Amino acid sequence: MCLAIPGKIIEIDKNNKSATVDYGSGTKRKVNVSLVEVKRGEYVLVHAGFAIQVLDEKEALETLALFKEMLSTEGG
Amino acid sequence: MFSLRDKKLADDIISQIANTKVHLRFMHVCGTHQDTLVRHGLDFLLQRCGVEIGQGPGCPVCVTTPKEIEEILLLAKKGKTIATFGDMTRVPGVTSSLQQMKTEGCDVRTVYSIEDALMLAEKQKDREVVFMAVGFETTAPTTASVLVRKPPLNFSVLCCHRLIPPALLAILQMGEIKIDGFIEPGHVSTIIGSKPYEFISQEYHVPQVIAGFEPLDLLMATWMLVRQIKQGNAVVENEYVRAVKTQGNIKAQQLLQQVFETVDVTWRGFPTISKSGLRLRRKYEIYDARMKYEDELRKLADEEFTEPAGCLCGEVLRGLISSKQCPLFGGQCTPENPIGPCMVSSEGSCQIEYRYSKK
Repeated sequence: MCLAIPGKIIEIDKNNKSATVDYGSGTKRKVNVSLVEVKRGEYVLVHAGFAIQVLDEKEALETLALFKEMLSTEGG
Repeated sequence: MFSLRDKKLADDIISQIANTKVHLRFMHVCGTHQDTLVRHGLDFLLQRCGVEIGQGPGCPVCVTTPKEIEEILLLAKKGKTIATFGDMTRVPGVTSSLQQMKTEGCDVRTVYSIEDALMLAEKQKDREVVFMAVGFETTAPTTASVLVRKPPLNFSVLCCHRLIPPALLAILQMGEIKIDGFIEPGHVSTIIGSKPYEFISQEYHVPQVIAGFEPLDLLMATWMLVRQIKQGNAVVENEYVRAVKTQGNIKAQQLLQQVFETVDVTWRGFPTISKSGLRLRRKYEIYDARMKYEDELRKLADEEFTEPAGCLCGEVLRGLISSKQCPLFGGQCTPENPIGPCMVSSEGSCQIEYRYSKK
């Protein structure tokens, strides 16, 4: 129910309320983007046809490194 | 899209947890978390390290009450077009289910989004379209977003939205089960942020970690909870930083505030939980199916509805038993022939357990 799928904004409609999101492997869908401030090229989480949050690409790419750092600090 | 798989890292997290030699019980409240835990065998791996993780009332379809099901069934019977999310149509009520009523000629549509339900109303002006709005803070803003756009008056909403933090508080207040920490739902938290959980840690000294949905997210969140307990801390931490901001989604929060007010509601298996439900504000009551069809729904007003005989969904949702401990599990109650909603929903712990372990 609270499932949300990440996708990349490839085009924002003129009304600024909807956008085309690419989920990878050629799957593209129209999504309501009125709940977020988003730019073309950014990644969003999509739930029930709505983008509910913009994903932080930098944080996403650094997640594994962050985990490793936390573990090594703690594990000593 | 973003790869979050690393076997060595998973092994390191597991062995660090095992080395702490703890015996702890955590609760999460999200069907997608349960899916990740069971699908990848993390529940079993963590249990061997002394950490048990169970699903609480974190499945919107499962916590919908028998009365709410009867309300939507009655509206279907009265000739309205009913639109709702897939799992909801299969939940058995006392008399029938939406799916059953569809086979009897009622107009029941499965939709992916409230936008699809709105489109039905716009295309068929002669039909009364009722959207059964289930879901937590993740889904409620989508309902609000449609209602502020002034949809046509043949569109209404049977509002069954519920809020997560009051349910966590209820679990702790009831005190039926010892909980050493909560793993908080990542997508609810994208909307509400981390602040609404803080009072729980402060008042009950229970640590909490907001988690994402990859196997490593859940392992790391578990590790962070264990670390808090070892250090004697009880705060809200965020493991899912790539999606959850401390302040949440302000735009969505403002919409929720604009359209809804909180109300005391019951949850399946729970007594009434204070301020745990959402109701449309007065300004939007023309879209409130309970107001609009008050006369037609009146006959349900004073009726008491009980759970299906022998069904222990309430105990499962309160974390008192695991799905497999229910005597109906996998025998009388299966996904093909569900007795209770936890076996219907793909987010329900019984369905998840059945799907991956086949009894």
